[in-house]
Amino acid sequence: MILADCLREMLDLTGTHLGCEHGVCGACTVLADGTAMRSCLIFAVQARGMAITTVEGLAKDGRLSPLQEAFRDNHALQCGFCTPGMLTTAEAFLAENPSPTRAEVESAISGNLCRCTGYVSIVDAIIDAATRQRKAASE
Amino acid sequence: MSRTYIGEAVSRLEDKRLLTGSGTFIDDVKLPDMATMAILRSPHAHAIVRAINLETALALGGVIDAFCAADLGVDLPVIPLRLAPFDGFERFLQRPIAVDKVRYVGEPVAVIIAEDRYVAEDALELIDIDYDPLPAVTTVDQAAAGQTLIHEAAGENMGTRYTVARGDEDAAFDGAAYTRRERFVTNRHGAVSMETRGLIAEFDPDKPLLRLHGATKVNFFNRRHLAEAFALPETSVELIEMDVGGGFGARGELYPEDYLVPIASRRAKRPVKWIEDRRENLTASNHSRDIICDLEIAATADGEILGMRAIVQGDMGAYVRTNGGVVASKAAQFLPGPYRVPSFTCDVQFLMTNKTPVGTFRGPGRFEANFCRERILDLMADDLDLDPAELRHRNLMTPEDLPYRIGELVPGDPDATLDKGDYPAALNRLLTECGYADWHADIEDPDSRVRALGIACFIESSAAGPPESAHITVSANGGVEIRTGASSVGQGTETGLAQICAEYLDIDIAGIQVLHGSTTLVKTGGGTFHSRNTVMAGNATRIAAETLKDRAIALAALRWNCEVDNLTYKDGAVHRSMENITLQELASFAENRGETLSADALFDNEKHISYSYGAHAAQVAVDVATGVVEVEKYWLTEEIGRALNPALVQGQAVGGVVQGLGGTFLDHFIYDADGQLLTGSFADYLLPTTSELPEITTIAMEDSPSEFNPMGFKGAGEGGIVAVAAAVGNAVSRALRPYGISINELPITPDLLRKALRGGGN
Repeated sequence: MILADCLREMLDLTGTHLGCEHGVCGACTVLADGTAMRSCLIFAVQARGMAITTVEGLAKDGRLSPLQEAFRDNHALQCGFCTPGMLTTAEAFLAENPSPTRAEVESAISGNLCRCTGYVSIVDAIIDAATRQRKAASE
Repeated sequence: MSRTYIGEAVSRLEDKRLLTGSGTFIDDVKLPDMATMAILRSPHAHAIVRAINLETALALGGVIDAFCAADLGVDLPVIPLRLAPFDGFERFLQRPIAVDKVRYVGEPVAVIIAEDRYVAEDALELIDIDYDPLPAVTTVDQAAAGQTLIHEAAGENMGTRYTVARGDEDAAFDGAAYTRRERFVTNRHGAVSMETRGLIAEFDPDKPLLRLHGATKVNFFNRRHLAEAFALPETSVELIEMDVGGGFGARGELYPEDYLVPIASRRAKRPVKWIEDRRENLTASNHSRDIICDLEIAATADGEILGMRAIVQGDMGAYVRTNGGVVASKAAQFLPGPYRVPSFTCDVQFLMTNKTPVGTFRGPGRFEANFCRERILDLMADDLDLDPAELRHRNLMTPEDLPYRIGELVPGDPDATLDKGDYPAALNRLLTECGYADWHADIEDPDSRVRALGIACFIESSAAGPPESAHITVSANGGVEIRTGASSVGQGTETGLAQICAEYLDIDIAGIQVLHGSTTLVKTGGGTFHSRNTVMAGNATRIAAETLKDRAIALAALRWNCEVDNLTYKDGAVHRSMENITLQELASFAENRGETLSADALFDNEKHISYSYGAHAAQVAVDVATGVVEVEKYWLTEEIGRALNPALVQGQAVGGVVQGLGGTFLDHFIYDADGQLLTGSFADYLLPTTSELPEITTIAMEDSPSEFNPMGFKGAGEGGIVAVAAAVGNAVSRALRPYGISINELPITPDLLRKALRGGGN
């Protein structure tokens, strides 16, 4: 059983979406020990011992994370189907690169497909989130 | 009114659930005792089905049932025509499952019902089918030649064919100072939403009840036809809409699966789920575009258009589905576009091939028509040594030309009229935004790429079709609920309608919930297509809110035992001299009287279409060594009458542009000569990513509100996509003019460009 099916079918964590089941679209991306990983491309048993974070785990105490807030404020989603993968990919990326350039953000999400937004607002949101996170860290 | 929501970029009501993974898409739904269904699809483009053996599959543990056409009796329903139902199409309609013959790769042949998807898919491999392959028809030329018939009983592969005309063709073309004829090809591509289709059926024939979860777009139309197909009263069929992961025209039409999943549920006597996988999606969901257009233009030596004539050939695929002849008929109708074209004649042909059936995709026919027309205008500008913008200005209809009757350019459609507007203003704004007058190609570039700017103009119809419904209820706990027959396919419908409701009721938007689409919510609904939600459901919501205010005042008068004349409504409450009573209190008062504080509304624009219009510009850099094109900058202007939520409007425009760049450079359903789809996965069927992202500027203009709805809205969902191939095609052609290359075919690929560059032009 692939990790995505395990999350969705066994654990009822249906926030992780399957868009292609062959590793291209990125919708099923989760964090495995903090690294962005396509949950359609690994078996659940391969994740043994790993800390898996899905989109359901990004908000804390019912409050949206800075990244989620930035997505909302920048209108970085329409249908919301690719959004969980965008969020997890961006979360891992910002942890590695807290002050990215626009080109770096575009490169970071170049493996995630979105059919609605045209990506611009998603790039805006990730840059905005980086600013928010840096500001929060300096306070 | 003290609160202002209309025109504000308010945050979306949908976002919290979608950002936290708590949205409910169809595959997230699990019903007790639910089984899963998988579909065996034809691997052949064209073959006789000699025999189907389901025995081995049925014997597999976990398989509940299996069936093919022979198991269902002869009275299989046909998938109906909803739009553009031209005479002749009735010969090419599809049944939900192949009977005796398969006509495209991906056509349903047999169905497995199993305990889970793993077993179901394993069982598909155990079905034994004896096919007798036939030659495949894969081009419109082969279809027209008719050597191989796809539907023998029809006696031809021409789905239908008609000619539309206005003006005097001979007068326009005979002796015209300038004529030019070109062939333009728009590739087959499609909607390809991120969420594939999916359905869950609960079919209890004894009740009787058929509940279908996962419906969207045109639920009331679909309910009527499903009720007919299953011989049920309409009230026994419920179509339930979940969160939807993108529509773009393809999702929510009636497909074979809309019949097969209910049939499976009826047979298994259990709820049955079917989720389309991506491979299925690319052969089973409607394709679109696939138009060949031979276009000829006649003009004076000064570049004044005298006439256009064209042959439009639409590749329909193997069956005519719900969208009928929309794609090719709209490609023909929109060829003259926003210009004065005194004479127009078009021979429109709908040809059947052994490919996936075609339906609508965002801007159906318009994307293709704009590409053809705007390309030939640029070629004409070059021939006549005119500036492309100047040529357009000489021909664009002016405010004095409008309204303008374009004539009956689609059989069966009422006489169409372009409503008032200022097309030159939209072009001028674009020219200003992109710095057209001062633009120059000599930008420093280490790769020595050639650059050019291309422009294109468009008009875009919106909001036709049946009336739309809205129902607003205030409950005693203070909550306000809007129900509408319109669907949400992910575009922010909930937010838009809540904005209108909040402004008209003068209440906080946070307390508003919007329920949409499902047939259980409202008595009737028109649905979501043709950029119509804001116009139709928006105005229905406005009317419901106004009616609800009157109802609130009447209730307050009862409560206070006074005349309504002394009462006013503001700030979510009814007021008289020194006191007020809130909507919540009135709802409670109404409930105590055994009533509800609610209002129903229907908005009907009587099919009066408002046209959005505008212009696009693209700046491209072409590497003449590799044929790689980069779109560096993109601009568009679009007159939409009034922006309900500028952030949502911008999202539609930018999303449309990028989707259009896909159709221009990447998206392509490629078939080989045997009718096999070669781009059947996301590794082969390429969609735009951030790697292709230009700097995009979108300008929504609000200078010409629609006269056909009191709020002035025009559609804003398709103007972003419709002229992308046109503007980019012009830019690339302009860049490569010294090399003798004209972009006449989509997609523009490095491979094709490199070949043309090496071959010394096309």
